Amino acid sequence: MKYIIAIIKSHKLYDVKKELENNEIHLMTVSDVLGCGRQKGTTEVYRGVTEVDNLLRKTKIEIAVNDDYFERAVNAIMKAAPENEIGDGKIFIFDLAECIRIRTGEKGGEAIG
Amino acid sequence: MLNAADTAWMLISTAMVMVMTPTLAFFYGGLVRRKNVLSILMQCMVILSVISLQWVLFGYSLAFGPDKGGVIGGLDWVFLRGVGLEPLEGQTIPHQLFMSFQMMFAVITPALIVGAFAERIKFSGFLLFTVLWSTLVYDPMAHWVWAPGGWLFNKGVLDFAGGTVIHILAGISALVFSFLIGKRNGRGSSPSPHNLPFAVLGAGFLWFGWFGFNAGSALGIKGQTVSAFVNTNTAAAAAALTWMIIDWFVHKSPTMLGVITGVVAGLVAITPAAGYVSPMSSIAIGAGGSMLGFIFVSYIKPRFGYDDSLDVFGVHGMAGIWGAIATGIFASKAIGGTDGLIHGNAGQVGVQAIGVLVAVVFAAAGTFVLYKVCDFFVGMRVDSREENIGLDLTQHHEAGYTLMD
Repeated sequence: MKYIIAIIKSHKLYDVKKELENNEIHLMTVSDVLGCGRQKGTTEVYRGVTEVDNLLRKTKIEIAVNDDYFERAVNAIMKAAPENEIGDGKIFIFDLAECIRIRTGEKGGEAIG
Repeated sequence: MLNAADTAWMLISTAMVMVMTPTLAFFYGGLVRRKNVLSILMQCMVILSVISLQWVLFGYSLAFGPDKGGVIGGLDWVFLRGVGLEPLEGQTIPHQLFMSFQMMFAVITPALIVGAFAERIKFSGFLLFTVLWSTLVYDPMAHWVWAPGGWLFNKGVLDFAGGTVIHILAGISALVFSFLIGKRNGRGSSPSPHNLPFAVLGAGFLWFGWFGFNAGSALGIKGQTVSAFVNTNTAAAAAALTWMIIDWFVHKSPTMLGVITGVVAGLVAITPAAGYVSPMSSIAIGAGGSMLGFIFVSYIKPRFGYDDSLDVFGVHGMAGIWGAIATGIFASKAIGGTDGLIHGNAGQVGVQAIGVLVAVVFAAAGTFVLYKVCDFFVGMRVDSREENIGLDLTQHHEAGYTLMD
């Protein structure tokens, strides 16, 4: 079992989610996050004063998958997320020690799907 | 003859109609995704500014200036030349006050269309379209129906406060516009409200402002003013409950969005009839507006697949058409205007239908041509990437909300 955390551009969420669904991955947790990366900040102008903020709004997707779905999940994100420029984001991958479905008490691979 | 009481009431009414445009901004703003909230508020505030100037420079003259062949007002009153403080013949308020009251109607009409192209329009294209549409579609139509000598005015079309000139015109233009600009990315064709409380706030104050809109259209204090006031409130209430009950039956729960949509549908439907019908008729008119609106929003739109994002056509267009026809059915000479069908004058329904037909054809043709012109010169739709990021950041370089301070 793997745990995937992908930080992507927020406006790519819809495409990534669609691509994941095309690959039969329907379960995920999504949150709005702020972060610093190599991308320069967005420029906002308030009453003529330019403010550059280096904490950028990104979207974090977290997915727990069984090993046989792992490649597919990563490929889907790699396919849909990039715009081929700085700021496209990162994917972090962890080995997942355990997964428990609270309602039934199922554990491991059974609980993930 | 100038009348002080009439003047006071019309000053208040004018201010009440003015506030409807920023209010509409919150009604619409709450119904879009949060990345586009500022673009909606911006469009409404800019319409308020740009049409205010257009109106004093030449718009008022085109719409209400001395008639030229029943078609247009001409340029006699451009830059408000000759528009002073003396009342016009047959009126009791200063001419400039009448001009200002009409200005607020000219402002809110293009603002209604904002709901059709929400979340995907380019700001420059929007601006050009708004000025051209107001000048070439709204101003002539206002002249035809409201100005003495206008050809629909001469035919006896009844439109108390702007059901035909405002709501049908905006509703049909919205429909045509939504076909031309295409669907939004990432959404079917339903609104995805990011802040329903904003929308409720907007609808509540629209209801309030509508007293100025309708009761103010009596242009002074008389029996008709109070009739319009009572009818406006009654129709809005009947329409809100009608929508809620249909929602409850069809979608299994009474919804807040349903109630406020019903409120607006009822207010739209009573607009052309407000000063001509009895309070009991206004219940039927409000309820009818809601039913038609519901059918178009819930069934017709999904079926035909156009993305009239915030249901300008379904609510304003259809309730507006119903209200115009209903005026021909329920009008009573005892209250104002002429008798309608239920008082033995079936012909008035036909006269009203002519008004509706002219508004539909003129709005559709005008919007189609102006859209193509603006699209050719500046482009109407943002590119797909900008649309996904949102109009607030891409068009205005501002964000409506922060994630963290």
